[in-house]
Amino acid sequence: MASSTVKLDELISQEYKHGFFTSVETDTVPRGLSEDVIRLISAKKGEPDFLLEWRLKAYRHWLTMAEPHWATVHHPAIDYQDITYYSAPKSRQDGPKSLDEVDPELLRTYEKLGVPLEERALLAGVAVDAVFDSVSVATTFKDKLAGLGIIFCSFSEAVREHPELVRQYLGSVVPYTDNFFASLNSAVFSDGSFCYIPPGVRCPMELSTYFRINARNTGQFERTLIIADKGAYVSYLEGCTAPMRDENQLHAAVVELIALEDAQIKYATVQNWYPGDKEGHGGIYNFVTKRGDCRGANSKISWTQVETGSAITWKYPSVILQGDNAVGEFYSVALTNHYQQADTGTKMIHLGKNTRSTILSKGISAGHGSNAYRGLVKVAKSAVGARNYTQCDSLLLGDRCAAHTFPYIEVKNPTARVEHEASTSRIGEDQLFYCQSRGIAPEDAVSMIVSGFCKEVFKELPMEFAVEAQKLLGVSLEGSIG
Amino acid sequence: MLDIRNLHVSINDKPILRGIDLTVRAGEVHAIMGPNGSGKSTLAHVLAGHEGYTVTAGEVRYLGRNLLELSPELRAREGIFLAFQYPVEIPGVANIYLLKAAVNALRQHRGEPELDAVDFLALVKDKLKLMGMDTDLLYRSVNEGFSGGEKKRNEILQMAVLEPRLALLDETDSGLDIDALKVVAGGVNAMRSPERAMVLVTHYQRLLNYIVPDQVHVLAQGRIALSGGRELALELENRGYGWVEAAAGPAGGGA
Ligand SMILES: Nc1ncnc2c1ncn2[C@@H]1O[C@H](COP(=O)(O)OP(=O)(O)OP(=O)(O)O)[C@@H](O)[C@H]1O
Ligand SMILES: [Mg+2]
Repeated sequence: MASSTVKLDELISQEYKHGFFTSVETDTVPRGLSEDVIRLISAKKGEPDFLLEWRLKAYRHWLTMAEPHWATVHHPAIDYQDITYYSAPKSRQDGPKSLDEVDPELLRTYEKLGVPLEERALLAGVAVDAVFDSVSVATTFKDKLAGLGIIFCSFSEAVREHPELVRQYLGSVVPYTDNFFASLNSAVFSDGSFCYIPPGVRCPMELSTYFRINARNTGQFERTLIIADKGAYVSYLEGCTAPMRDENQLHAAVVELIALEDAQIKYATVQNWYPGDKEGHGGIYNFVTKRGDCRGANSKISWTQVETGSAITWKYPSVILQGDNAVGEFYSVALTNHYQQADTGTKMIHLGKNTRSTILSKGISAGHGSNAYRGLVKVAKSAVGARNYTQCDSLLLGDRCAAHTFPYIEVKNPTARVEHEASTSRIGEDQLFYCQSRGIAPEDAVSMIVSGFCKEVFKELPMEFAVEAQKLLGVSLEGSIG
Repeated sequence: MLDIRNLHVSINDKPILRGIDLTVRAGEVHAIMGPNGSGKSTLAHVLAGHEGYTVTAGEVRYLGRNLLELSPELRAREGIFLAFQYPVEIPGVANIYLLKAAVNALRQHRGEPELDAVDFLALVKDKLKLMGMDTDLLYRSVNEGFSGGEKKRNEILQMAVLEPRLALLDETDSGLDIDALKVVAGGVNAMRSPERAMVLVTHYQRLLNYIVPDQVHVLAQGRIALSGGRELALELENRGYGWVEAAAGPAGGGA
């Protein structure tokens, strides 16, 4: 057994393939946080007063809050005064109009990551809004989308061009008082993506954003706002990966989705930020608030996530089911290896009549990884006939990792039906040997078993993303279980 | 094809095999019998490369190479196949998917292109019929919820698809009903060829009515205590193992 444990370890210890550092000049605000820094950020971005006021209110509220510690994650104290809250690629303040204007160094970086921008954009028909550090540097397919009345742009641009929409919806799902990290984000967010689909319009392509953390000591505070107006449909993809580095980096994004009557939003994420090294040093702290609001009747919001990166992941993409007959879905694969920690899950808040939600969570732990599913299903008194189905499966690789499940259920309406199923299984040496005895290498056997475990979630991803996700799991797991 | 010399194997410092000598030539079928716990499965696992066993002495040559230095998957790619006494369940992985990964791993090793989906399916369906198996077993998770007999048939199906040079069948007949035994034996017999060797571990001479072996060996207390022809199996069935064990000497004793 001892020898096979060693082998298992070797398999798990795959180096992070996206660990490299790009030397693009950045324009950085001094470290630390104060009202002055917030005013400076707001001024640099030429924001209207309402937004500055909102940031300041968020900051003042944040000062009254304490960092939460209820998640089953552990990390050294974060010094919020040692973080740089804003950095933008230099001499690109207006953003390039086309790919030709993008720093070639940056394009090479994307290529190393296997995301050849132009190729992806052209071949897959995907509109890519690439975020480098905090400012959008490339936006494509905008004209085609604009023809349909779709607005898809950086958050900063939305603030400039469509302040009324931003003002109407910003903070309407995740208020600046929501939680410690959301308040911090509200105070200092630098950029992100904005998307508005007008009534009755079906967005003809997958919208996609690639995030990347790069500048030293720069916390990332992305803000994403997606609005599907009545009867609209949009599928949005978010994918990220980060270069290798020593220091822990805080990432506290906020994503707000709003679906009005009969509208549908599908939001998919593949998250592969630097997870730290084999001993657990470095890596990204990913403390994200993602929430969707099914505001209108018959609306639908689906979250699909594949989480393989970050040292610590703390996120609960949630859906507030306000409209009658609204549908919320959460499909998740979360993988932790080495010393990674993940505390993730969802909240389904049933308010409207006959609202339905489905939760399918697949947790994979390897090495010393720790993986917790935390889910809340809440059925309010008003939610007559609400239904929820939750399935929560854990897969363990090796015997030093951990999986926890914390399902919270609060039902205030007697007509509601809430079902919960859970399972835990382990990839055993005997399964590996069985595959090996059929000629299959242990790494391949591991990814075969893991893919099998995840296939119900991958089914929910757009095709090309599913392939990417599968590859990612393979890379993240090389060494975990064969 | 296979040459085992003075093979000693322990598990957690406990000696299980204590000097096995066995030669199997291409085209031959050998049966290994012996009481429970005598080390038959241990031998099969060691030949397939299971890492839970420690070889403390001896050597094994396969097609002229030192078999013991090869990883289990390399052994499989070089043509060794083990039909497990207890086939392993792999939830979430479709049976056909494992089979395809295995076929392509072997083909890649031989420098052949991967089989496309159509050719692969034709190949599998053909063998499936031979084994009298239902197509839906292909799409279920590997061995999960399979009956005992279905698991054993599935092992032989894999063997038929992978076409090994040396097949080790560990109690493939156990748990099969009479009809299934005939089907499985038919499948095995169909694969007998001058280039292929087989080692059958069994407790029942009945199997040997259908698959007639060239040699029968009795494993007792970690050694081959007796070898003979087909008739040895009949004698064992009549007399039990006691007399062989007595002749082999006390357990744990020297040579
Ligand atoms: N992992 C293990 N740890 C300790 N002892 C083991 C282990 N595996 C096998 N053994 C022992 O090794 C001996 C040989 O076992 P093996 O499975 O090879 O017997 P067998 O001849 O195949 O028996 P059967 O006819 O019952 O299948 C047995 O005494 C068994 O208990
Ligand atoms: Mg046995």
